[in-house]
Amino acid sequence: MTDLSLNDAQMDERASRNRLMKRVALRLGLYVLLILFALYYLMPLFVMVVTSLKSLDEIRTGSLLSLPREIDFSSWGKAWSSACTGIQCEGLRPYFWNSVMLSIPAVAISTLLGAINGYVLAQWRFKGSNILFALMLFGCFIPFQVVLLPMAITLGALKIAGTIPGLMLVHIVYGIGFTTLFFRNFYVTIPVELVKAAKVDGAGFFRIFFSIFLPVSPPIIVVTVIWQFTQIWNDFLFGVSFSQAGTQPITVALNNIVNATTGVKEYNVDMAAAIIAALPTLLVYVVAGKYFIRGLTAGSVKG
Amino acid sequence: MTDWLEKHVPKLVLAPSLIAIFVFVYGFIGWTAYVSFTKSRLLPKYDLVGPIQYEKLANSPRWEVALTNLAIFGILFILFAMVIGLILAILLDQKIRTEGPLRTIYLYPMALSFIVTGTAWKWILNPGLGIESVFRDMGFENFTFDWLVNPDLAIYTVVIAGVWQSSGFVMALFLAGLRSVDGEIIRAAMVDGISTPRIYMSIIIPSMAPIFLSSFIVLSHLAIKSFDLVIALTGGGPGYATDLPATFMYAMAFSRGDIGQAASSATVMMMIVTAIIVPYLYSELRPRHD
Repeated sequence: MTDLSLNDAQMDERASRNRLMKRVALRLGLYVLLILFALYYLMPLFVMVVTSLKSLDEIRTGSLLSLPREIDFSSWGKAWSSACTGIQCEGLRPYFWNSVMLSIPAVAISTLLGAINGYVLAQWRFKGSNILFALMLFGCFIPFQVVLLPMAITLGALKIAGTIPGLMLVHIVYGIGFTTLFFRNFYVTIPVELVKAAKVDGAGFFRIFFSIFLPVSPPIIVVTVIWQFTQIWNDFLFGVSFSQAGTQPITVALNNIVNATTGVKEYNVDMAAAIIAALPTLLVYVVAGKYFIRGLTAGSVKG
Repeated sequence: MTDWLEKHVPKLVLAPSLIAIFVFVYGFIGWTAYVSFTKSRLLPKYDLVGPIQYEKLANSPRWEVALTNLAIFGILFILFAMVIGLILAILLDQKIRTEGPLRTIYLYPMALSFIVTGTAWKWILNPGLGIESVFRDMGFENFTFDWLVNPDLAIYTVVIAGVWQSSGFVMALFLAGLRSVDGEIIRAAMVDGISTPRIYMSIIIPSMAPIFLSSFIVLSHLAIKSFDLVIALTGGGPGYATDLPATFMYAMAFSRGDIGQAASSATVMMMIVTAIIVPYLYSELRPRHD
């Protein structure tokens, strides 16, 4: 009798230990998988960084994944100020500033327009305003190839073809749809009664916007600014179609450096240039990842 | 006068953006569609001549390659990005202590330009110095990985780089979906002793149908617009082996000087996107009964 109950207890203990072992093994497997995936995503960045720090000799003789024997920053200097993008050999620097000069006003203007449009479409609806919103939204999704030719002709007619203001106009026009979407979906959550009460108190359209809506907007402004900045900084299609030598944005210059056919192929300079081109948006992502993700998901899931 | 102004100020404020959208989106689409029915070559012509550009397109071997590539790239890109994204989201949903940093790592490629991604993968897949030599150094002396320069396989390198860049984004969408599944139902299922895999297969994943749809829309949209990645990774080559409709259109417009072919290929792209987006937007914007 006593023997039997002892056995039971032992079996219970063994079973629970087995279950625990199984749980630990599962957790371990889970973490191993997650880490393997992390390595897969990090590998290209790792390869870019180590390649940019190696000398060409070491690149030719060594392995893709090995750490540099000697850290050599010279390719970074070359990528920044003397790599050839074609006939010119000024590095990425002038194009980096082109992208800065292009994106700051374009981001500011498209965000401002989005805020005021979103405010109207969320709180001052009129007959047909929902259809207008749908039409604006559809503009976000068109393949831009369909507007390239008439845009090229229009920029020429406006005498801003191949200039930074011309490219700015393009980014503002095709950015409005998304910025409006972000603000509209944010302002919709503010109760209509608030606006009604303010109207009763005699506040007008702009007064209500500036004293009620703008003060609560910082989160959505951050989301929109990050979204627009990433879009414009990373754009290539508009940049390559509507700029000329001297006004090109950084992505176009990077592609030209990588595909320059003159001289020896300098993989380390290519990688340094790629990292320089990626740094501003990566920095934004690391600093404000939460808002970055919100922008990404707001564009695809109804807010 | 001030009354009228007060009443119409919302419309007046909206007007500049609306005019811009009507001209630069709808007007331009109309222009391109119109020109696709003309004999335009180097310069646009405005005499309608019927669908000759579309006939020419249908007989163009290069356009056929572009469409075939779009099908191969589109299907594989969407499939792998969705599968990897879903797996990652489910793995991350198991109360992982380091979820924050891991999520940051999985998603950072989305912050990069496709040109940067293409440049990086072009180097990694470089036959001779890239992955190939890593495996050869490990002792596999006959290992070859020359997809990048192989006309039959180069399009698959675009899939590799595209999936790397976009799968983290799909993970973020699915993770948000997993977190919004009703916890009560899951707890009830657990009390009933239903195993975790079965809870996922028969309760959680089916309830995320809308997320599958949105990721499909976003990914197919990305696939059709893919241009930068191909340019940076393969330049459309070898030859035109990795051309997609987007690169075909660009080549016709800016290097071949064939506006008619550029306009007609752009119009076809527009129709493909419309077929996918319009039903989606319609269902998203339809007033809900709640």
